[in-house]
Amino acid sequence: MRRVSKIIAAGVVSAALGLSVTACGSSSSSDSGKDKGVGIAYDVGGRGDHSFNDSAARGMDKAVKEFKIGSKEQTASNGETESDREQRLDLLAGGGYNPVVAVGFTYGDSVTKIAKKYPKTTFGIVDSVVDAPNVDSMVFATEQSSYLAGVAAALKTKTNKVGFIGGVHNTLIGTFDAGFAQGVKDTKPSVQVVRQYLYETDTKGFNDPTSAQGKAQGMLDSGVDVIYTAAGLSGDGSIQAVASKPGAWAIGVDSDQYQDPALAKYKDHILTSAIKNVDVATYDLIKSVHDGKPKTGTNTYNLANNGVSLSTSGGFISDIQSQLDAAKQKIVSGTIKVSSTP
Amino acid sequence: MKKFDKDRLVLAVAAPVLAVVGALVVTALVLLATGKEPFTAFHVMIDYGSKTDSQVYILNKATTYYLAGLAVAVGFRMNLFNIGVDGQYRLAAFFAAAAGGAMSIPGVIQIPVIILTAMVVGALWAAIAGVLKVTRGVSEVISTIMLNSLAGIVIGYFLRDGRLGVTDKEANMISTKPLPSSSHLFNFTTSTDPVFGFIVFAVLAGVIYWFVLSRTRFGFDLRAVGRSESAAEASGVSVKKMVVTSMLISGAMAGLVGMPTLLNQSYEYGTDFPTGIGFTGIAVALLGRNNPIGIGVGALLWAFLERASNGLEFEGYDKEIVGVIQGVIVLAVVIAYELVRRYGITRQQRQVGAELAAAARSGKGPGSGDGTGRGPESGPDDKQEVTA
Repeated sequence: MRRVSKIIAAGVVSAALGLSVTACGSSSSSDSGKDKGVGIAYDVGGRGDHSFNDSAARGMDKAVKEFKIGSKEQTASNGETESDREQRLDLLAGGGYNPVVAVGFTYGDSVTKIAKKYPKTTFGIVDSVVDAPNVDSMVFATEQSSYLAGVAAALKTKTNKVGFIGGVHNTLIGTFDAGFAQGVKDTKPSVQVVRQYLYETDTKGFNDPTSAQGKAQGMLDSGVDVIYTAAGLSGDGSIQAVASKPGAWAIGVDSDQYQDPALAKYKDHILTSAIKNVDVATYDLIKSVHDGKPKTGTNTYNLANNGVSLSTSGGFISDIQSQLDAAKQKIVSGTIKVSSTP
Repeated sequence: MKKFDKDRLVLAVAAPVLAVVGALVVTALVLLATGKEPFTAFHVMIDYGSKTDSQVYILNKATTYYLAGLAVAVGFRMNLFNIGVDGQYRLAAFFAAAAGGAMSIPGVIQIPVIILTAMVVGALWAAIAGVLKVTRGVSEVISTIMLNSLAGIVIGYFLRDGRLGVTDKEANMISTKPLPSSSHLFNFTTSTDPVFGFIVFAVLAGVIYWFVLSRTRFGFDLRAVGRSESAAEASGVSVKKMVVTSMLISGAMAGLVGMPTLLNQSYEYGTDFPTGIGFTGIAVALLGRNNPIGIGVGALLWAFLERASNGLEFEGYDKEIVGVIQGVIVLAVVIAYELVRRYGITRQQRQVGAELAAAARSGKGPGSGDGTGRGPESGPDDKQEVTA
């Protein structure tokens, strides 16, 4: 039977090879040239992460509605390779979508490559800088909004212990960590900052709410009463854990998580959110392409141009608003320099 | 007497066909339940998956999956469940990348050095689980899972500025120092993206796997231990030595898993290095029934499904449907083989019974005129080897 199964397997393989030869010559992505609207490639978590990707999605939805254009969305999966990402952008650009927005720095190399292949298409990349004539690199000074989150946390903690949870221990999440810690220290040096990361290198950290829930629970048990989570979709888990403990606060990230219908159950525990206006950046890019003047080059979004901010919905921070405004003013004027590395 | 047994051929084909058909039926039902028309989806998958650039993608992905499948299969043959392939290949690729980035000697020497580093690191990491099993009786399932997690932490520790990492501040990426261009492995150019040259090594690994396991004394011992430890021990095989050795081999094979990506694509180990391939390897090894060609078919099928998921998403289907197909195929394969195995045993017993009865009637001893040596004691065949 072994011999027989080998013969069969050999047959299957040669049949497959035969089929593959016949299909040669046609490629899955060919430049169709037509303008079909926006193509967007999300990071892991995708639309519905209540955070980072959703912010980009909001910007796109707004533009699609306003300019009455088409759109196509694609989402990354855990553990993909470079060719998966290139493929995704290639499909979108080749399918006639313009601009093509890549959400997340992992797309850096793929945008560099695919932007060269489609010089007439405008590409957008969030959180990374790609040096090409047809790419809009959108970078955010998240350390500044995180600084304000740190100020709020320091003023609100009763146990003098606040926590930071990062999705992945990388440079980008380091900017959140650094800003938050500096904000806490500058406001109340006696407050202790506990920092934890879900994963060292695996981007699954942005897509693993259970793990964030466990980490948050551990922090709460050790006396932490304000937790700032920068971990995309994983943040849901952390907010859920915080909501189960009376008197504890969660600080959201990227989107105004208080307003998120999916998190409505926990919104009384969401102190504020460090907003990263990926939606504004995405909308700006789509609008510029729609107007025929594509935006390119490196565009920095910070506190000064409202590209990042601290949300006020819920009114939980209205009592400390004056201190927050003062801190914001100092950052904008340059009196306070926020470090972007922890 | 080499009679071509039609029934056996049918049995051999029955299991995989049953599995794939079963998986398609279940998937069709799932698609119907979500309110989508299943046949268009299958058409999209086949149409998209057979394009030229899709073929290149499938071959490249399958190269990696094939190696992962082999690494897992070595353990399976021994009745060892090496879940740690994932950690082994990541740690191996990381240190190989770090070593490769630090050297700049001619590629002819450097590429083998990189590959060897990966194999040694993978083997050593796997050996920890092997040694724990034979000295302390720790189940390799538990230890390898924990070692996966530890591998991630070790990489995270070293992948920092000032250690083995180099940060690209603007791109928010951190990676090892890139390999010098002399250590980029050859590619096969096609009309679209190139096919990884490492595919040659993968095929070679498959041949070596086949040869060692089915044509050497060592392979025989390994399979013997896998079938019955006590029987192997009684016939003079040192089970402990076999456990450690096979973990070493499995780990060395796992070390190769990251090589196609490292030597043919990324040329560095960064935060975007693919993860989770070790688990795909388990599925692929199960699909291929630990047979080197079967694993190849499994790897190709897996890569095809992943490629097709991109096409499905583009056409407005949920890409998760491919996850459903993959899961159902693995389940169906396990069930189908079990069903076919049971049927095969019953059928064989009936045959043997008939032969004995015939022999008794004619007054001769059983099997005396049968040159195939097939009798009740020869057991079913390799197909029934225990997997997990």
